Amino acid sequence: MRPILMKGHERPLTFLRYNRDGDMLFSCAKDHTPTLWYADNGERHGTYRGHNGAVWCCDVSRDSSRLITGSADQTAKLWDVKTGTQLFSFKFSSPARSVDFAVGDKLAVITTDPFMERTSAIHVKRIAEDPQDQDGDSVLVLENPEGRKRINRAVWGPLNQTIVSGGEDAVLRIWDAETGKLLKETDKEVGHKQTITSLCKSADDSHFLTGSLDKTAKLWDMRTLTLIKTYTSGVPVNAVSMSPLLDHVVIGGGQDASAVTTTDHRAGNFEAKFYDKILQEEIGGVKGHFGPINALAFNPDGRSFSSGGEDGYVRLHHFDSDYFSIKI
Amino acid sequence: MAELDIDTRAGKLGIDWSQVNLDSIQLPPGENFGIESDDEGVYHDDQLEFDTGFGNIIVVDNLPVVPKTKFEKLENVLKKIYSQLGVIKEKGLWMPVDPNTGMTLGYCFIEFNTPQEAQNAKEKTHGYKLDKSHIFAVNMFDDFDRLMNVKEEWEAPQTKPYVPGENLQKWLTDEKARDQLVTRSGPDTEVFWNDARQKNTELYWTESYVQWSPLGTYLVTLHKQGAAVWGGADTFTRLMRYQHNMVKLVDFSPGEKYLVTYHSQEPNNPRDASKVEIKVFDVRTGRMMRDFKGSADEFSIGGPGGVAGASWPVFRWAGGKDDKYFAKLSKNTISVYETETFGLIDKKSIKVDNVVDVCWSPTDSILSLFVPEQGGGNQPAKVALVQIPSKVELRQKNLFSVSDCKMYWQSSGEYLAVKVDRYTKTKKSTYSGFELFRIKERDIPIEVLELDNKNDKIIAFAWEPKGHRFAVIHGDQPRPDVSFYTMKTTQHGGRVTKLGTLKAKQANALFWSPTGKYIILAGLKNFNGQLEFFNVDELETMATTEHFMATDIEWDPTGRYVATAVTSVHEMENGFTIWSFNGKLLYRNLKDHFFQLAWRPRPPSFLSPEKEEEIAKNLKKYSKKYELEDQDVSLLLSEQDREKRKALKEEWEKWVKQWKSLQEEEKLARQSLRDGEVSDEEEEEDEAKEVKEVEFEDVIEVTEEVVQE
Repeated sequence: MRPILMKGHERPLTFLRYNRDGDMLFSCAKDHTPTLWYADNGERHGTYRGHNGAVWCCDVSRDSSRLITGSADQTAKLWDVKTGTQLFSFKFSSPARSVDFAVGDKLAVITTDPFMERTSAIHVKRIAEDPQDQDGDSVLVLENPEGRKRINRAVWGPLNQTIVSGGEDAVLRIWDAETGKLLKETDKEVGHKQTITSLCKSADDSHFLTGSLDKTAKLWDMRTLTLIKTYTSGVPVNAVSMSPLLDHVVIGGGQDASAVTTTDHRAGNFEAKFYDKILQEEIGGVKGHFGPINALAFNPDGRSFSSGGEDGYVRLHHFDSDYFSIKI
Repeated sequence: MAELDIDTRAGKLGIDWSQVNLDSIQLPPGENFGIESDDEGVYHDDQLEFDTGFGNIIVVDNLPVVPKTKFEKLENVLKKIYSQLGVIKEKGLWMPVDPNTGMTLGYCFIEFNTPQEAQNAKEKTHGYKLDKSHIFAVNMFDDFDRLMNVKEEWEAPQTKPYVPGENLQKWLTDEKARDQLVTRSGPDTEVFWNDARQKNTELYWTESYVQWSPLGTYLVTLHKQGAAVWGGADTFTRLMRYQHNMVKLVDFSPGEKYLVTYHSQEPNNPRDASKVEIKVFDVRTGRMMRDFKGSADEFSIGGPGGVAGASWPVFRWAGGKDDKYFAKLSKNTISVYETETFGLIDKKSIKVDNVVDVCWSPTDSILSLFVPEQGGGNQPAKVALVQIPSKVELRQKNLFSVSDCKMYWQSSGEYLAVKVDRYTKTKKSTYSGFELFRIKERDIPIEVLELDNKNDKIIAFAWEPKGHRFAVIHGDQPRPDVSFYTMKTTQHGGRVTKLGTLKAKQANALFWSPTGKYIILAGLKNFNGQLEFFNVDELETMATTEHFMATDIEWDPTGRYVATAVTSVHEMENGFTIWSFNGKLLYRNLKDHFFQLAWRPRPPSFLSPEKEEEIAKNLKKYSKKYELEDQDVSLLLSEQDREKRKALKEEWEKWVKQWKSLQEEEKLARQSLRDGEVSDEEEEEDEAKEVKEVEFEDVIEVTEEVVQE
């Protein structure tokens, strides 16, 4: 089917997130307003106004009532999804890069960038049921051993027992979410060679996929940090996502944005590439963006996916029926 | 010496210090007047000399044994003899004396300034007759230890049993007649078999730069200390090393007997020309046959490209496998060397005023050379063919108002095409034409070819290997035309005729298949890697494709496959793609930081032309066998493939099972985290059902459509 072009952001997209029911799509961009869309027809539902900097990441609670966003304005904000009102603002002294709700939505993990003399860190915040009771205290703060390197993504492990993080130092780490102890990290041999740009969990928290500027995406067991698969792309990977329905993964990225203007538009290869999750073979690709792909998300029903690009567009793709019968 | 001292001393001697040009004073060599130089280089040299040990000392034996009274006389005699042959160091002659009798012992030591002098003295005076009973026995001091240890009894030298060397041609006997290719990417150098279905690497090692020898026997790698060649039956082993510090470029002679290595050193003083050192090695023995040293200027006339000064290859080897001659072009001279003595032919270079380019015929020892116009057009430009070693000019042609010439030999040496760029009457622009020499015909007739549109720019020219045709890209960018010509037709006999022109092609480079007949019209660089596979016999396009951003194209030596590569001049999608001769994509291999790709060349076939023709005629008969083999292999491989997929699937299932059970175990814990809300398992099952439904519907829809059509 023809993709639906959603033009609502004025600056490059940074993150896309579906709610659990798959009827809503949240988009974050470098302009300051996260936007909510109908995931079916791409109509804009509303925006969340209040940030004063690029918004890097967001997450939505299981019951689709709360939205949390992390922004370069050194805050992470809690929103009421329905009304768009800001419920609370977590203040930091450096930009907030990634946010993730825990199972049960009572905790959230927020990462902050290194800034001035601040090192990068992972903060765990308690999310109160009633926004009136919300406070900004951290339950736990984890300092990255490579403090000058940014952490690009941190997510909860199974049963909120662990936190998985990855970033510019190309190392994936598993932390104990209770004690803050570093449990495991990837070694140079099997791990990524360059900055880890994105990380996406499976629906059951059993495994996750990481994308890196080293032009590969890798699939890991979430409990043991065992490398299971590697998908090789010809271009730096900025975004990854896994189909909840079929054994497919989708990888997006492209030439660095700063080099785009100097070469042919096709040279960038701004394609969302589909791979067979098990065989690690490329199945196909979806072209369309005229800038690198920064964000990818599968609808939880696995029938559509959306991509967000440096070009400021969100493209919503509903799969054609023959997609479901692909055999390789 | 303190400065004050110097001034007072100068004043005493009546020297006006300001009038003295210090740089003009030259001290005798080796003298420093007690002032140590602060130049590190000088200091180093002294050190080195010291390190040479006793290489400059000789031992003279069989001297007369004389009493003390005659000692001085004998010493003077010796000094007289040896000072003729070199400079004896101060107190450099020492004749030991028996302390008991005061008689000399019949030998002496002489120390020369340099080892060379010592060597010379040894050679000249060994066996010198002082008188009847005293015949000098002269040895180098350094050799003495060795000579002292010689055993009294003669031992028969052991003959080592003959160890057969490895079969260096074994890759040619590959069952499936596959070819090899070497690639360099990142820190790795790998040699692959060209096989779509087996991508495994044969071996693995890392170096800076590699090159195959012309017949494919050796692979040469460059190192800090020099070059090394590798080869062998099954794996690559190092066969020989060639010592040449900081070697930058290498070149083989066409019969791969000799290896030329090149090194240039940037001068310390930027005004000087850089220093160039070139060595010629015998490939098999590793012996250096000759070295050439000089400033870059002496090696840098004519020729395209090149690195820092000299144009490579500096030495151009004559065609054929004999490796008999090689030529060097320098200002106003062509130096032709022959490899028996590694000296100039007739001990003289060929003098040709203002020569700018020379080319060997690929098969014969014929040199073609080009001299541009001189004296503002009074003396015409000249293209000449010279026979070597006789240096007889076979043919020459004068050309007028020429701006530039390029010479293209056909690979079997039958034709020479000279592309001539001429000025128009106004001298403001140029137009091009060709002079075609038929070398193998009597008197070497020359034909002039001009394009239909004389003003077309010529972008590329290429002879069909072993054939009689050539292709030209001409016209204006971005869509030039491609024309094919033949030197031989049934109707016209020996006239060049046009076969056809393809209009408006996105091409800027031509790549003939090594067996002729097929050509790739390629649009590299600005054209983003457009490829057109063209059959010249039928004059039809076989396939038009694209390898996006391709920078390099290389046919395999048999003309069955083509490799196109994107090297690391681009950041993305580095790697190579293998195509069949008719433009079918066979497989791709992506590699980051891809630098180089080179097919392993094959030596020429031993089959006679008649036999080759016969095979070509009965191709169907032969191909049947191979088709069957191919089928078997592909069956086997698809079986392997299935196995592999099955294994992958099973492995995945194992993971999924493990995850499922863990998920089950954690079910209650998760529920409690969610305040008792049920987990997703049931939902997932629902979803799975839904999927099935969808698939089912789809199948029906699709079949319906087909029926309608």
